[in-house]
Amino acid sequence: MKPILMLAVSAAALALGTGSAFADCGVEAGSVRILSNDFEALRIINATAQECATDAVTVTANATAEHKEIQVPALTINPAEYSVAVVANNSIVPLLNEDLIRPLDDLVAEYGQDLLPSQLVRIDGKIMAIAFMGNGQHMFYRKDILEQAGVQPPTSYDDVLAAAAAIKEAGLMDYPLAASVKPGWDLAAEFVNSYLGTGADFFAPGSAELTIDNENGLEVLRVMRDMTAFMDPDYLTFDATEIQKEYEAGNVAIMNEWGSLGGAVLDDEGAVEGVVENTVLTAAPTIGGGSIPAAALWWDGFTIAKNISDEDAEASFRAMVHGISPEMMAANKDAATWLIAGYEPGPAAVGVIANANGGARAYPMQPYMGLLHTALSTELAEFVAGSEDAEQALADVKAAYDTAAREAGFLQ
Amino acid sequence: MPNKTFFAFILPSLIAMVLFIALPIVSVVVQSLYVSHEQIMVEVENCQPFGGCSTELRVDTAATAALREEQPLGRFNGLGTYVNRAHLATTELGVILSSERSIGEKWAQILNLPFYKALIFTLVYCFVVTPLAMALGFTIALAVNALPKVTKGPIIFFSLLPMIITPLIGSLILYWMLSPNGILGATIQHIFNDPTLSLRASPALTWGALLTYGVWTNAPFSFVVFYAGLQTVPGDTLESAMIDGASRWERIRYVIIPHLAPLATFVALVQLMDNFRVFEPIVGFSAEANATSLSWLIYNDLTGDSQQFGSAGATSVLTILGVVILLSPVLVRTWREFKHKAV
Repeated sequence: MKPILMLAVSAAALALGTGSAFADCGVEAGSVRILSNDFEALRIINATAQECATDAVTVTANATAEHKEIQVPALTINPAEYSVAVVANNSIVPLLNEDLIRPLDDLVAEYGQDLLPSQLVRIDGKIMAIAFMGNGQHMFYRKDILEQAGVQPPTSYDDVLAAAAAIKEAGLMDYPLAASVKPGWDLAAEFVNSYLGTGADFFAPGSAELTIDNENGLEVLRVMRDMTAFMDPDYLTFDATEIQKEYEAGNVAIMNEWGSLGGAVLDDEGAVEGVVENTVLTAAPTIGGGSIPAAALWWDGFTIAKNISDEDAEASFRAMVHGISPEMMAANKDAATWLIAGYEPGPAAVGVIANANGGARAYPMQPYMGLLHTALSTELAEFVAGSEDAEQALADVKAAYDTAAREAGFLQ
Repeated sequence: MPNKTFFAFILPSLIAMVLFIALPIVSVVVQSLYVSHEQIMVEVENCQPFGGCSTELRVDTAATAALREEQPLGRFNGLGTYVNRAHLATTELGVILSSERSIGEKWAQILNLPFYKALIFTLVYCFVVTPLAMALGFTIALAVNALPKVTKGPIIFFSLLPMIITPLIGSLILYWMLSPNGILGATIQHIFNDPTLSLRASPALTWGALLTYGVWTNAPFSFVVFYAGLQTVPGDTLESAMIDGASRWERIRYVIIPHLAPLATFVALVQLMDNFRVFEPIVGFSAEANATSLSWLIYNDLTGDSQQFGSAGATSVLTILGVVILLSPVLVRTWREFKHKAV
């Protein structure tokens, strides 16, 4: 049975890999131009969508880490430079704010039989994006180190801090913790994760008024500062890829890391002996006595540009549906935490799934969330560096956010 | 030269200057006076893969588009952007200065405002790096000038390397060398016998690393210009100084330095301008937590999850004003000398 299954899977992979001529996407004519972020799962989807290319259909893809910077201008022109923008919870917001993507209800009704209801992102009742994978930061820990230190696997941040103290006490590691707290996007994401875990909201209901200046905000900052005591002194320069390296080098026992990097940690490349087999992926810790993982859940999905012809829109939608087909997922099970029908999570996906099952909240999609993220990314730097107290840091974030939100027209 | 011929000669560059320098600056000034339209919001129901459906605010794009149609530049804000907290922060500054705190506390509070934090580092970088880089460049020029002809070529090439390397790459190289696993970082830890010592951790050491990088990367420019200048030092004067019994130091002090003084003004001018827009080393050294500059503020406004063009425009105009203020003493002096000569 097993070899036959293997054969079937590899045959499917071979069929997918070999080319355009056999892929039946049903697209007759049109131009498909994909703009996406640049990581493994998205490159696979882009390549699969490109199988739809025929003499009458062109499919091009631009996978770049700078996609957020170019998507708004590229979709504003008419006809748009790209017909498909692959986005996440946060990067869809500028496209919605500027009204640059089209509702997909008709296309879903006609060509979306393979899509699950949970994949449909609805804004104001209209389907605006098709999600295909989930992501998020969650806990990676070394069970051997925890055993040697005689501590149970942590489930809350207080446990994490206690475990770190025990590991340091036992002389197993100097800097047992790691988190991506480099000032900038990473640091802000770290705060957002933890704050979501407290269950509180960032904004007053029905307005852009910031409400993080409270005991929940202080608790989040306390935990962030306490964690830095157990981090490498260079923690201010560590982003997500850097802590992955530190972890694989065996310098770290517990870290919060992106689920999408789980596969890279667990593969047999780059890690020193003893790291891979002792690594456990699990939900992010809870914070402040809360019961949900303190981490934001992210989805990646595709949107179709507004400023393109209906023919191109149809071709783009069908090519992308082919790109995220269950067959593509079956051939690339471990590349991501897929939201596609028939997915069974592999070893690298259990962390994100655990976050979702634990009730973790999605990264907020409010139109002014980007302004808050920017304010957090600069104003928390001094706090996490240890040269400012928590009250001052929260007051600075609020002042910076208010200034930016007034300029952007969200606040009076 | 008749005025007409002169004008014909200068016209192409004049057009280019207006198109590529003057007009963009005018555009930046205009944009800095405007902010985005008030966003018209509506409550809608959103559903996504995680967390189900919730009622949230959304931008009413149709209504916002109508507003934009009416006034494409946005809302006129006058100097509002210039005096807000992200820039000159006049209100915050007033509160801080009129409070009953000690001078040290007031200073710390002022440095907590993003613009002043960036300004202080920018100014320190300018006034530390410029003279040190000039002095280093001058020393290298003197040393190279004294070398035998055969070795001059290769040595000049190596002395110019820091300038040839792209600033971002150069700062990344030094950054990795200073990491605890890098050759410089590990050596420093060994010398001070302190395994936790890291040049990336403390503000003071980060500043030190950035300033050192600045001197390293800026010295070659001074070196090239001073080296060219040294070739024009009149041999007769040097020889007569030698006959008069002047030592090497005295020849440098009383012959070479006065001869190169106008050149030094030029170098200082260019270097001050250059250093005032310091940016790459901050990114290269991942030093955002401990040091920011005016150019970094502009970059930060224009990237990330939300762009703030008005704010970036205001910081740009303030940077231009800063350059003008910085250069005014030198410009005034040059102007006086010019008038003096003309008379």
